[in-house]
Amino acid sequence: MRAQTTQPTTTYMPPDEVFRQRLAARNRRGLFSRILFYASVFTALLVLVILFLNVLNETFGTVAVQYEIPPETLTTAVTSLDELEKGDLVAILDEHVGRRFRVILRNALSQVPDEQYTTAPLRDVFNGKIFPAELGNHVIGDLEQHQLASILQSNLSQSQLRDLVMREVVVEEVVASWPLYDTLFNKDEIEAVTAEEYPEATLRFKSWINRDFLTTPMSSVPELAGIRTAILGTVYVILIVLAVSLPLGVGAAIYLEEYADDSRINRMIETNIRNLAGVPSIIYGMLGLAIFVRLLAALTSGAVFGVEDSNGRTIVSAALTLALLILPIIIINAQEALRAVPSTLREASFGLGATQWQTIWHTVLPSAIPGILTGTILAVSRAIGETAPLIVVGASTFIVTDPDGPFSKFTVLPIQIFQWTSRPEAEFRDIAAAAIIVLLLLMLAMNATAIILRNRYSVRY
Amino acid sequence: MAVNVDVAHSEAIAQALGRTTDATVDLRAKPRVHERLIKLALFLCGIVSVLTTIGIVVVLGRESIAFFTRTSWENTNKPIVTEVDEAMTTFEIGTSGAALEVGERIRLGDEVMRITSLDGTLMTVERALDGTSAQTHREGLSIETASSVSLREFFTNTKWAPQIGEFGVLPLLNSTLMISGIAMLVAIPLGLSAAIFMSEYASPRLRGIVKPLLEILAGVPTVVFGYFALTFMTPLLRAILGDGTVKIFNTASAGIVVGILIIPLISSMAEDALHAVPQSLREASYGLGATRLETSLKVVFPAALSGIIAALIVAVSRAIGETMIVAIAAGAGPNFTFNPFESAETMTGHIARISGGDLSYDSIDYNSIFAIGLTLFAMTLLLNLLSRQVIKRFREVY
Repeated sequence: MRAQTTQPTTTYMPPDEVFRQRLAARNRRGLFSRILFYASVFTALLVLVILFLNVLNETFGTVAVQYEIPPETLTTAVTSLDELEKGDLVAILDEHVGRRFRVILRNALSQVPDEQYTTAPLRDVFNGKIFPAELGNHVIGDLEQHQLASILQSNLSQSQLRDLVMREVVVEEVVASWPLYDTLFNKDEIEAVTAEEYPEATLRFKSWINRDFLTTPMSSVPELAGIRTAILGTVYVILIVLAVSLPLGVGAAIYLEEYADDSRINRMIETNIRNLAGVPSIIYGMLGLAIFVRLLAALTSGAVFGVEDSNGRTIVSAALTLALLILPIIIINAQEALRAVPSTLREASFGLGATQWQTIWHTVLPSAIPGILTGTILAVSRAIGETAPLIVVGASTFIVTDPDGPFSKFTVLPIQIFQWTSRPEAEFRDIAAAAIIVLLLLMLAMNATAIILRNRYSVRY
Repeated sequence: MAVNVDVAHSEAIAQALGRTTDATVDLRAKPRVHERLIKLALFLCGIVSVLTTIGIVVVLGRESIAFFTRTSWENTNKPIVTEVDEAMTTFEIGTSGAALEVGERIRLGDEVMRITSLDGTLMTVERALDGTSAQTHREGLSIETASSVSLREFFTNTKWAPQIGEFGVLPLLNSTLMISGIAMLVAIPLGLSAAIFMSEYASPRLRGIVKPLLEILAGVPTVVFGYFALTFMTPLLRAILGDGTVKIFNTASAGIVVGILIIPLISSMAEDALHAVPQSLREASYGLGATRLETSLKVVFPAALSGIIAALIVAVSRAIGETMIVAIAAGAGPNFTFNPFESAETMTGHIARISGGDLSYDSIDYNSIFAIGLTLFAMTLLLNLLSRQVIKRFREVY
C-alpha cells in the first residue's frame, strides 16, 4: 500500500476553513434575500392598506361651515331650531323664501311631472296629500302664499320642515375641509386657520358619506351632490349585463366543453376567447361606440320602440358593451366549472338512455351551477368597476334625473368618481372618496356572495 | 310482481314483442330535431365571441382607413392677386404664405384645382376637379391645400395637435411606453419576489392568507387606483423631490401606480408557473447541498422561466392598455418628453379624453382616436400572442 500524500494535488472540496466561510456567505445571502422577499410581499400589502386608508382619510374629516343666515338669528325664543313648532318653522320659511315657496312645495309634494306642475289641477298635483278639497280644480298659480304655507304645514313633519329651513333659509356652505388625519392630529392648526381666515365659520366633524349623499342626485355644489342617479344607473346597467352575458357565456361554454370536437372552427373559437380576454377595455368602448351607439342607434336609442329625444348613448349601449367585455371571462370560468363535473356522471346518464341535451340539462348543469354563478358574479363585479369603456360609449357626466328605463341617458358610480376626482376643488375629492367607498362596498357584497355560493353549494367528487 | 306497468303500456310491449316474429323493431337512431337546434343555438353563442373580434377589427380598421384617406383643407395664407373668372387657367398669386408645389391639389372657395405648372408667382391650374364647378373668385382669396395624414407622418411626426393638422402618434406612444416601463420597474421586482415567496418560502397557511390579499389588490377598480395616484402618490413624490421638479400631473406617479396594479397579475401567474415545477427538482437540488435561495433562483426559476416570461409579457400588455390611472394622473395634452415628472398624455388617456367630450361622428377627432385604438389593439394583441408562443415553444416538460 502506497502512503497517501498529505496534500493531494487535485481536490473537489475546498479546505475546511474556506468551505465554512463560503457556506456562511451563502447562508447570509439566503437570509438577506429571504428578508427581501418578505419585504416585497409586505410592501405590496402595505400599499393595499394605504390605498384604503387614503380613501377613508378623505371621506371623513373636519369642515368649516358658514351660514347665509345663521340659525340663531332666526329665532329668539328658543336656542335651537329643533325645539320650534311646525307653525314657527313655516313662518320662517314664509318670511325668508318668498316666491320660491312654489318650488319648495313642488319638490316636497308634487305628484305630477315637473313640466305639468303649473298647469295640472291641484287635485292631481297633490293627489293623496292633505289639501283643502274646494281648491281641487284650481292650479298652483291661483293660491295665496298663506294657503301654500298651510298645505306645507299639514303635510310635512317637524323634522322635515326643519330640514327645509336648513336647506332653503340657513343655507350651509362648506368653506374649507380637512381630512381625517388632520382632524385627529392637527386639531389646533385647523382651529387657528379657521379663526384667522373664516372668523364666522364653525367647525364640525363631517362624514361625506351619509344618507343624503346616497339619496340625492348630482349637483354642482359638492356638499349637495349625491350619487342616487349613479347608483340607479349602475343597477340598471348590471341587470342588463347579467341578462345578456350569462346565457350567452354559459351557452358558449357548454358548446365548447360538451359538444365541440377538435375541429378547426372550434379551436378558433377557443383561441379567440383567450385573445379577447387580453384586449384592453377601452377598445371595447370603441367597439360599443361604433356599433351600439352609432350603427344601431335606432335600436339602442329606443327609436324603434317609440322612445323619443334620445341618442344612442343609453343604458342599453353601455350594458351591451360591458356584456361583450366580460363575456370571455364568464365563458372561461363556466368552462372550468363544467370541466370539474366528473365524466362518470355523464356516462351514468347516457347509460340510462338520456340524450346529450338531457344529460347536460339534468345532470351536468345542476352540478356546475355553483361554479358558474361564482365565476359570473366575479365577472360582473369587474364590470361594475369598469370606467374607460363607458367614457367612450358616452356616459353622461352630469344628470340629475333618475334613469327611467333602458333607453335613458345614464351615469354610473365609476364615472362619477372619475368626474369628481378630475376637479381641482378639495371638496370634490372628498365626495369622490365617499363614492369610492360605496363602490367598494358594492363589489365587496358581490364577492362575498360569490364566496358564500361557492362554499355552500360546491360539491366535491 | 312489484313492477308497475299500466295496461296500455303492457299491451304495447306485448304487441311489439309479438311482432318481432314477422317484423323487426327499428333500432336505428332517430333524428332528434330539437337536440340539433339546441346544439346550433349553443354554437351561435360561441360564435358571438368571434363576431366580437371581427367587429373590433372591422370597426378599428374602417375608421382608421377613413382617417388616413380623408383630405382636410388647410389655409396657406397665400392669396390670389387678381380676380379669377370661370375660364382662366393661369393667374398670379401672392408671395406671402406657405409654398406650393406642382401637382398639388388646391382649393379656392368651393372649387378644387390641380397645379400643372408654377413659374414664380404665375400659376397654371387644371380647374373644376372632383365634381366641383368653375367659379369666379375674388381678388385676395387665400389658397387652401389638401392634406392627408400618411402612415409615415403618423409614425414619425413628434407632434399630435389635431387643431393644426399635426397627427404624429409618437408623443402618445412615448408616454405610453414610459409609463409601462416605470410600471414594470416597480412590478417586476415586487411581483416576482412575491411569487417566489409564495411558492418557495411561505407555509401553505401563510400562502393561503397572502394570495387572497393580493387578489383583492387585483380586484380594486382602476378608477380607484387613479384616485390613489392623484391624491397620494403625486403628493408623496412632490414631498420627496420638491414641487418644482414634479408637476401635479406626471407620468412617474401614474407609472408607479400602474406598476402596483399589475403586481398581483405578475405574482399570481408567476406563482402558478413556479408551483408547477415538480418537487423532485427541488429535492435533487437540496440533496446536492444547495440552499433554499440557490434552489429557488438556479433550479426552480429557470425551470419555470417560460411561464414567468409569459406573465411579464401579459403584464406589459395590461400596462399599455390601462386607461383610468393615466387619464386621471398623467395629465391631459400630448407632450413629447422623456422627463417622467412632466405631464404627458398616453394613447389610452387621449382616447378617453377626446371621446369623453361631445364628439361628432365623421370629424377628424373621431377618426383619429380609432387610428390610435388600432395601434393600441395591434400592440396588445401581438404581446398576447407572443406570450402564448413563449409558453408553447419554451415550456419545459417534466
